Amino acid sequence: MTSALSDVANSRGQRTLSARAQGTGLEARGVHAWFGKHHALADVSLDFAPGTVTALIGPSGCGKSTFIRTLNRMHEFIPSAAMAGEVLLDGKDVYAPGVDVTKIRLQIGMVFQKPNPFPSMTIGENVLSGLKLAQLKVQNKDDLLEECLERAGLWKEVKDRLGAHGGSLSGGQQQRLCIARSLAVKPQVLLMDEPCSALDPGSTLRIEETIRHLSETMTVVIVTHNMQQAARVSDYTAFFLSNEGPGKMIEFAPTAEIFSRPKDKRTEDYVTGRFG
Amino acid sequence: MSTVKPKSPWKASKTDRLREAAIFLFAVTFSFILVAFTGLSGKLGYFLSFFFLYAAATGIRSYLKYGMATAKDSAIKVFIACGALLTIIPIVSILATIISKGYKGIRPSIFVNDMSMATPTDPISNGGLLHAIIGTLIMIGGALIISVPIGILTALYLTEIKGKFEKPVRFLVQAMSGVPSIVAGLFILSAVVYPITKSSSGFMGSLALSILMIPTVARTSEEVLNLIPQDLREAGTALGGTQWRTVAMIVLPAAKSGLFTAVILGVARIAGETAPLLLLTGGGDAVNFNSFDNPMGSLPFYIWKSFLAGSEEAVTRAWAGLLVLVILILILFVTARILSTRKVSR
Repeated sequence: MTSALSDVANSRGQRTLSARAQGTGLEARGVHAWFGKHHALADVSLDFAPGTVTALIGPSGCGKSTFIRTLNRMHEFIPSAAMAGEVLLDGKDVYAPGVDVTKIRLQIGMVFQKPNPFPSMTIGENVLSGLKLAQLKVQNKDDLLEECLERAGLWKEVKDRLGAHGGSLSGGQQQRLCIARSLAVKPQVLLMDEPCSALDPGSTLRIEETIRHLSETMTVVIVTHNMQQAARVSDYTAFFLSNEGPGKMIEFAPTAEIFSRPKDKRTEDYVTGRFG
Repeated sequence: MSTVKPKSPWKASKTDRLREAAIFLFAVTFSFILVAFTGLSGKLGYFLSFFFLYAAATGIRSYLKYGMATAKDSAIKVFIACGALLTIIPIVSILATIISKGYKGIRPSIFVNDMSMATPTDPISNGGLLHAIIGTLIMIGGALIISVPIGILTALYLTEIKGKFEKPVRFLVQAMSGVPSIVAGLFILSAVVYPITKSSSGFMGSLALSILMIPTVARTSEEVLNLIPQDLREAGTALGGTQWRTVAMIVLPAAKSGLFTAVILGVARIAGETAPLLLLTGGGDAVNFNSFDNPMGSLPFYIWKSFLAGSEEAVTRAWAGLLVLVILILILFVTARILSTRKVSR
């Protein structure tokens, strides 16, 4: 298992080295998160280099999703939530006073676990909904529509029925529609919270291809429970674990290293399937 | 080549249906016999004896064929079916009474005349209820204009903003939905009519009706908005929308048909209200399009006034008014239904 995963990861590592250093980096410094009194995440510092894909792995409840939601300030959506630390986008703290939170979320897009196209809109309207929501103007909507759907790997399947409802697509297509929707507002960073957990293997592969294409121009952070997936798509992997306390980041390294020679015993146990 | 015929072995066969029909007939016949030879009497007697006989007979048959569990199952099915029947009976009976008594007073002339040149005791060919229909529509319209925005904004406060006053507001809205209509009427009378306007008008009626309508609209809208998945709100926000734009562009359109239902329920609550209108509108007999001046008639007022007059013609007038009111509400409902279920055109 370990050797198979590390093979996958190694081939991936070599392939993307040339495509580095594009887009905007994101850096978390000493991030903590609370829900009421419950300390969910403790002291996570991670540097997401521009143009890389970083996978966050770890057992359920270890704070991966909480962490990813602190990055684009979706964490504060929960009424009892609190946080500490800094999240630097292009060197500027997104939690600094006076920062326009809607601008932050425009720059850091997000794809959710469950596909959630807007029910009252058609496929085309769904893709362009971010422009209306954020009141952005574009020169040519049709070009943008095609570009986003193309990048999300959905254009060929839906180009003849852009007027159909988003709900009429299959689950995998809906998720790619949601990716296209996030791309339309031109984010520099894309956060993906278990984007394939509700999908069949075929759709999962399509989305992984999409992620690889995206990483050529943007920084991607993906939470996944599927270690094969982490090995296939990511340049770096961070392992999270919560041991009856707040979730912590245990190890962060190039993906090939995490899967072939992890430094921490707990990481090794997890990636070899001994627990979790 | 063999052909396979589709079958439904889980459904009742023909002989089963015949037996069921036989049991039904047995129950009907015996309930007549029971009523004839025992102390039971009246419609209720027929219904009760039929009900128990049918339940018992169905139960016994199932017991003989399948055993105890099925027997209980089928007996309870009969109970439930009768429960549903009991709910429908009053509605059907009310409609039947209104139609059978009201149709005699319906003629084209009543839809073009008002009562300014007639009294309720005149023959039905004199006068009509045009003023009442117009008055009712204007007052419902006025109440709609006031209550729909306030009701939906209240619901948005409770579901989207969840502000500091969420609990007291929800409590007050629930308490308000229990306010008797006469209280709403007296409130407007003492708070607006006596100190300020000093005269009755249709708008005063709309104000009182709004007091009754707002809680219905607010509560139903709240339920509807709570059904919209949190996912969609998060997705909208994650795309860089402000809360207001997310609500306006995603949450409200997704809840559209439910919000229409909320408005329909609100209209249903007020369309037949009489008490506040007796106090506030003055119940004019002439067609009046101005909601802010002069008395305004309304269907409930017209019905009340006609019944009060007591003569045969007047009572027929009242029933006709009732029928028109029911039909009017029906038209409003159907229109709202069609509007709310209309698909995004494609």
